[in-house]
Amino acid sequence: MSAYLSAALAVYLKDVRLEARSKETVGAVLIFALLVAFIFNFAFDATPDIVAIVGPGIVWVAYVFTGILGLNRTFVLERDRGTLDGLMLAPVGREAIYLGKLLSAISVMLVVEFLMVPVFLVLYDISLLDLRFALAALLATIGFAAVGTLFSAIAAHTRAREVLLPLLFLPVVLPVIMAAVAITALVLEGDGWSAATSWLQLVVAFDIVFLVVSSWAFEFVLEE
Amino acid sequence: MHDQPQTQSPPPGLAIQATGLTKSFGLTPALREVGFELPWGNTLALFGHNGAGKSTLLRTLATLVRPERGTLRIAGFDRATHPAQIRAAVGFVGHQPLLYDELTSTENLRFYAKLYHLPNPASRVREALAMAGAEGYAGQHVRTLSNGMQKRVAIARALLHRPAVLLLDEPETGLDAAGVIMLDAAVRAVRDGGASVVMTTHSTQRGLVLADQVLVLARGRVVLSSSSEEVTADGVQALLAGAA
Repeated sequence: MSAYLSAALAVYLKDVRLEARSKETVGAVLIFALLVAFIFNFAFDATPDIVAIVGPGIVWVAYVFTGILGLNRTFVLERDRGTLDGLMLAPVGREAIYLGKLLSAISVMLVVEFLMVPVFLVLYDISLLDLRFALAALLATIGFAAVGTLFSAIAAHTRAREVLLPLLFLPVVLPVIMAAVAITALVLEGDGWSAATSWLQLVVAFDIVFLVVSSWAFEFVLEE
Repeated sequence: MHDQPQTQSPPPGLAIQATGLTKSFGLTPALREVGFELPWGNTLALFGHNGAGKSTLLRTLATLVRPERGTLRIAGFDRATHPAQIRAAVGFVGHQPLLYDELTSTENLRFYAKLYHLPNPASRVREALAMAGAEGYAGQHVRTLSNGMQKRVAIARALLHRPAVLLLDEPETGLDAAGVIMLDAAVRAVRDGGASVVMTTHSTQRGLVLADQVLVLARGRVVLSSSSEEVTADGVQALLAGAA
């Protein structure tokens, strides 16, 4: 295994171990996701007609907002613990640290997204057990995390970090949110693969562009 | 101090060669045209009041801070072109221990051993913990350790990869008397192994005993660069008082 992948894996496994012991991030993010889902349930009369219209939006508002909460902690925790310098001192490319943190963010978001699937089924009678939705969720989560990991590193250096991340993050990921909502709507309407293909291609293109740009820009973000 | 550390073989040339290092944070200058040279096997004591630029200089040497101007070569590598090689050559003890509370001392050091691609990480971790006198709490979670214990583990972390250049930012902070003795012995052992040490300290007397060279900073500028044999603690204190 190359030194690059080995370092990225070390950062990722360290984060998994920390999360397994503290359960801070997944616990907080999951509770927030549940609250969002419940609040929408009270805000709307969740009849089948209304759910058909607003259901995909509710799903992705919950995922995006909880994603922001999780992404915010990606570097803030390192910063608050004072361990960010430890990562910065390592003789590895900054892209390796970025990749490790990216994998951590993706894992947290996917776990919460998976755990929320039965919640949406119970509250809204929305069945998200569909391959297209799973693919859309995976690709959209990669896109969110690619952008969010970079912006989380930027925000961690600022005082207004909780405010700054969503302000930077949401405008950039808007195409992914639109695509994910559209694919979810197609899934709920029972349409075939062909209708979702162009949206999936959009998310794949977004992911590729932002994975490359973010890993390149990461070095300049971290140094004082 | 338990074991003689085995540092990396020093490459030819100087351990550190800094010229015209300049850095500002916003409108506040932190370093102004700082330059010095440090041969292999030497210790440099860095003195100055709070805000003089000592920590910024050490963080610049550790590649944590990017200077706006100036050149820096450490272990023969240029900061601008080979920062990763410099990081591999440098061990850094700062104000923070750089340890994860939820992990044990050993788990923390094993994590860093992976980042440094160290062979035989288990034995290197044991060796580093023994060097810092921290082997007694190898299996304890860092959050359960006192500040002094955490500082010892932090020193072990810095020594883990047998650095060619050791950077210590007020390393005695939080250490008890036995810890300071361990630290001084570690500095001497690292230096005797051929590596170089740069340390900041507010204890002028201790710094002069350990150091071969002295650098005094005031408001980001070098106001004295000398051999430690040519200055006294009173002379340094007088210089610092004049610079205040």
